[in-house]
Amino acid sequence: MQQTLSNSSEKRLRPCKLALADGTVVVGEAVGHLGEAGGELCFNTSMMGYQEILTDPSYYGQMMMMTYPHIGNYGAMDIDMEATRPMVAGLVVRQFSHQYSNQAADESLDSFMNRFNLVGISGVDTRALVRHIRSQGAMNSVISSVDLDNESLVSKAREWPSMEGLELASKVTAEKPYDFATGEGPRIAVYDFGVKKNILHSFQKRGCSVRVFPAATALEGVLSWNPDGIFFSNGPGDPRAMPDSIAVCRSAFDTGIPVFGICLGHQLMSLAAGLKVFKMFVGHRGANQPVKNVITGRVEISTQNHGFTVDPESLDPKKATLTHINLNDQSVEGVRFTQFKGFSVQYHPEASPGPHDSHYLFDEFLKDIEQTESMKVSPADASELQAVS
Amino acid sequence: MPKRTDIKKILLIGSGPIIIGQACEFDYSGSQAARSLRAEGYEVILVNSNPATIMTDPITADKIFLRELTPESIMSIVEEERPDAVLPTMGGQTALNLADKLHQTGFWEKMGVEVIGVDIDAIHITEDRQKFRDLMAEIGIDQVESRVAKSLLEAKEITQELGGIPVVIRPSFTLGGSGGSIVWSMDEFDRKVTRGLECSPIHEVLVEECAFGWKEFELELLRDSKDNVIIICSIENIDPMGVHTGDSVTVVPAQTLTDKQFQIMRNAAIKMMRSIGTFAGGCNVQFAIEPATGRMIAIEINPRVSRSSALASKATGYPIAKVAAKLAIGYTLDELTNDVTGTTSACFEPAIDYVVTKIPRFNFEKFEGVDEILTTQMKAVGEVMAIGRTFPESLQKAWQSLENGYSGLGADRDEIPRKEIRERLKKPYWDQTLQIRNALKLGASVEELADITKVDPWFLNQIHKLVHVEDEIRALSLYQIEDVFMRRVKQHGFSDDQIAYLVMDDVTSAEVRAYRKSLGVVPSYLLVDTCAGEFPAQTPYFYSSYESETESEVSDRKSIVILGSGPNRIGQGIEFDYSCVHAVLASKKLGYETIMINCNPETVSTDFDVADKLYFEPVFWERVFDVVEYEKPYGVIVQMGGQTALKLSQNLDQEGVRILGTSADDMDLAEDRGRFSDMLKELDIPYPPYGKASSVEEAVAAAEHVGYPILVRPSYVLGGQGMRIAINKEEVARYVNDIWKLMPDNKILLDLFLENGIEMDIDAVCDGEEVWIAGMMQHIEPAGVHSGDSTAVLPPFSVSDEILHTVSRFVKKIALRLRVVGLVNLQMVIKDETVYVIEANPRASRTVPFVAKATGVPISDIATQVMLGKKIAEFRERGELESSLKGYAIKEPVFSWDKFPEVPKELGPEMKSTGETIAFIDELTDAHFSRPYEMRNLYLSK
Repeated sequence: MQQTLSNSSEKRLRPCKLALADGTVVVGEAVGHLGEAGGELCFNTSMMGYQEILTDPSYYGQMMMMTYPHIGNYGAMDIDMEATRPMVAGLVVRQFSHQYSNQAADESLDSFMNRFNLVGISGVDTRALVRHIRSQGAMNSVISSVDLDNESLVSKAREWPSMEGLELASKVTAEKPYDFATGEGPRIAVYDFGVKKNILHSFQKRGCSVRVFPAATALEGVLSWNPDGIFFSNGPGDPRAMPDSIAVCRSAFDTGIPVFGICLGHQLMSLAAGLKVFKMFVGHRGANQPVKNVITGRVEISTQNHGFTVDPESLDPKKATLTHINLNDQSVEGVRFTQFKGFSVQYHPEASPGPHDSHYLFDEFLKDIEQTESMKVSPADASELQAVS
Repeated sequence: MPKRTDIKKILLIGSGPIIIGQACEFDYSGSQAARSLRAEGYEVILVNSNPATIMTDPITADKIFLRELTPESIMSIVEEERPDAVLPTMGGQTALNLADKLHQTGFWEKMGVEVIGVDIDAIHITEDRQKFRDLMAEIGIDQVESRVAKSLLEAKEITQELGGIPVVIRPSFTLGGSGGSIVWSMDEFDRKVTRGLECSPIHEVLVEECAFGWKEFELELLRDSKDNVIIICSIENIDPMGVHTGDSVTVVPAQTLTDKQFQIMRNAAIKMMRSIGTFAGGCNVQFAIEPATGRMIAIEINPRVSRSSALASKATGYPIAKVAAKLAIGYTLDELTNDVTGTTSACFEPAIDYVVTKIPRFNFEKFEGVDEILTTQMKAVGEVMAIGRTFPESLQKAWQSLENGYSGLGADRDEIPRKEIRERLKKPYWDQTLQIRNALKLGASVEELADITKVDPWFLNQIHKLVHVEDEIRALSLYQIEDVFMRRVKQHGFSDDQIAYLVMDDVTSAEVRAYRKSLGVVPSYLLVDTCAGEFPAQTPYFYSSYESETESEVSDRKSIVILGSGPNRIGQGIEFDYSCVHAVLASKKLGYETIMINCNPETVSTDFDVADKLYFEPVFWERVFDVVEYEKPYGVIVQMGGQTALKLSQNLDQEGVRILGTSADDMDLAEDRGRFSDMLKELDIPYPPYGKASSVEEAVAAAEHVGYPILVRPSYVLGGQGMRIAINKEEVARYVNDIWKLMPDNKILLDLFLENGIEMDIDAVCDGEEVWIAGMMQHIEPAGVHSGDSTAVLPPFSVSDEILHTVSRFVKKIALRLRVVGLVNLQMVIKDETVYVIEANPRASRTVPFVAKATGVPISDIATQVMLGKKIAEFRERGELESSLKGYAIKEPVFSWDKFPEVPKELGPEMKSTGETIAFIDELTDAHFSRPYEMRNLYLSK
């Protein structure tokens, strides 16, 4: 029995269902856009930062379930956008907040979702679903407020294309190159596989000039801009399905220009350097993952969002050394490459949402660039340095 | 870095007696720290004067000093014991201040004792308001404008510079905001500033720009020696700035911050912690945010575990004190494992998928003329915490936990008049969340309430939702409620009592329960796992909600449920938690699976590794019965959790649940004045003449018959609540009316007051066949002063052997007649060589831990074993009942008068003390005896 509430501030309840490929169906209320959408159901344990998560291109096409029950509390706002639009397929929450409160908010999360035709379901037992995928593994799902037939929904979920083996960067990359920032500092070329805005901001804040290139840009196109550093961004999909990008990485290594990669970029660089990557049973998605920097011994609380990871067995000192490790499951979180100037991390130092503990990695990249620059500027000093080492 | 091996012996300083602002949270942190240090192989010596603590139990430390917490006593212990290190961060500000004092005199250095867990030089900075301000300015952390004043004149000048009132007055170096206040008008300026100056030991106050109405937040941090820092949780206060955080309703995690805003706060907190030295341990930082502009300011930092860290530990499952202790001895966070999951790292930030609400518990009714408006000085005596999947659910569960007659956030009684609601909402009162609900019920808007109360609209909207659900229920009769709606109602935390009240037809809560169960709407028990379900967890720590699956598995083992004592309050405090913990440990020892139910986050009993299973639930009939129905235990122990647990025994009995120890009927025999007196008569035991009344006329008639002075009191109360001594019929009439104001419909009891009698308190254990008297105490103060407020001496110091013989004969007769199995406490008064029995309580008493500490006999443990079938003879044969006491042990009450300057200090039959200390003396010439003895008649008033 769903009653209509007399109070006008309370949205009229509209039934909605979430169906999983294994036959599980749960009932809730529709939030945001009324309609239907499908995607791999994954969960994120961040207690804040829902809008950054919804707009993170790495989540492209995924059904995002937030484990924190109250979502929408502080509304939605322009500064929390990590891309120009939401990237997830839909939102699953325990208790959606139609009313919000924060001086920085522009609108309610519901209105934001409506504006971008993003579907959502509220009032479902998210904890039970988290425990379900924790034991059964990630699986496809469909949210619908237009089709409420269980069988039909389950078969739609089953027919939804699997994430495994999919290249998705092309769906979220920039259409053409653009300048994000112009500064006095180094020139950073960004390969956009679905880059988060805060990565670009992180370079901008450090005075860099930032030009963003579509994922399919040939290396020559990037080199003609004369970059001081090349950055391979985060993004959605299976890195193993991106041979062209792996090849670009490999050629970029040969240029001697310092390179840096985050998340998908890290996986692509690792593959290019001869390491292996596999799909995890349940990925890391949250803002509380402990990462230890094995060089300094310090721990960073990090933001993570990945379903693939570098195979630790494939680490070979001739190719790369481990720099960062996950303290929960000892998975590979970062490597520095042996044969060229470059490093990459699996987690998200730009955070957004999440703790700012790992911002220093951007500085490290700039240090790499500076060192390379100084070698370029004065070859005499450089040879001296080489002699010392 | 692994643990240090250059340290072998560590001194832990406790926090002393319970006072407002420093309560049993430090028993929790101290015992957790001691246990974890011992587990690491260190020798732990501990000093604390509070006998009612688990930390001062032989099970906790290698050597325990029940001594005063003064620099002198600590110096003598250090000289005797020669520890390598001292850990002063587990005993509140008391322990930190002591460590600081001894540091200033160079004592630690001289003795070669290292101070661990805190940067001793930094303690001063955090407590000295000006130094703290300067430091924050230096590291670029914004604060409210303020300046230090050493005189009234200076304070006036500063106020003018700050743009006039309101201003906040904060005395330097005081506990729980003692002496602090907000000046709202100039005519109270002189009084409030002067009081602040007087309260500060160095006579200075901070005059501060008033951030009244700003949003308030707290973060709990842990740092290791490699400077890794983690945030255990964020806490948002529902009460905006202006109310002490200990008096505020608070919620974990923060609800109304964006990630960007929160990360700015997190960064600031870490920066602040790093600025006060390079120590490894816990830390608490408070912030305020101006709602209109988003401007964030730092309020304060505490470099130690605190009340909030106890809350944070219980709210997230992360054992802060235990980990902080390990960090203090050299471990780094990445070397430690998360106890809850057992597989992942302790170096992470807990993610939770539920909402926690804390509500403070007050005892204003005990203090006549008290100013009930909440301010910057803490007034609460305890607190409850509740876990729900959503904020509305946790808020309602918290109200059910308070045990002050509410079955949730209102909706269980007639609405109060509009005028009264409006008055109460103007200033911050303890029941603000309820008054908000009342106002919304009457049609007030969220905007209006946000304007008046400054409570964030998000919270107001959530409460508004509850009012909408109420309205939906009101439109239905019980059997019209369908399963989907019933589930939704329960998900909003409504109790069966509230539903019974709200539905159109006249039904009882038992009928609601039966119908609800017939719809299949029963609670599910979810795990507190620190990781929002991301990893499997091992710790059996549960809360109830109405979700789709239950994570608590019922084992095949024979289990016992132990009911806790709920929030601390005057008359029922940490002493009962002490007995509960012993009941758990003793039952475990006998091979039972132990299941704890309690809702007080400050306690040891709610530490998830004490019992085999912990249900963090209100000790409220519906919630308790839910757990009992689900777990189907062998039996329930109700004797240890004070009146809270005892009150549920009749209900449990009616439902056919086995009550371990004394039966429900025999408990009622002791509680029911009429039945009890008849029993005494039958046993030929004297009792003071008494009368019963249910009207003023009856009361006066009874008094005239019994004589004066006469004790007037309500039946079935705790800590002598509402009890008065009347000397004429006018007073009788007045007191009866006073009682009914507080407790309508309560029966009135009138006893002849035995003026100048000698009062005795006796704790005994009975196995149904034999009675063992564990301790007899004589009060120094005359009868009339509540036993909890009296100075008790063990053994008696001026009672003849013949009388003592009579006393013990009476104890045995009564205990056997009441068929006590377990503990019993008796109060007697000796007047003109006659022994009168005042009352018998077949349960653990406030004095049980004192007697256990004084005699060295673990009474609660023995009593529990007796409840489970052991015989006293077995313990006697093994010599386990032998007291090790030499000389006398004195229990001294401790009051928190300084928190209520407007209340006259007077003692009577209503208990007012908040804590106690123990002192051991050889001779009665000792000042611990002679001083209270000389003053024994001073404060008795009524």
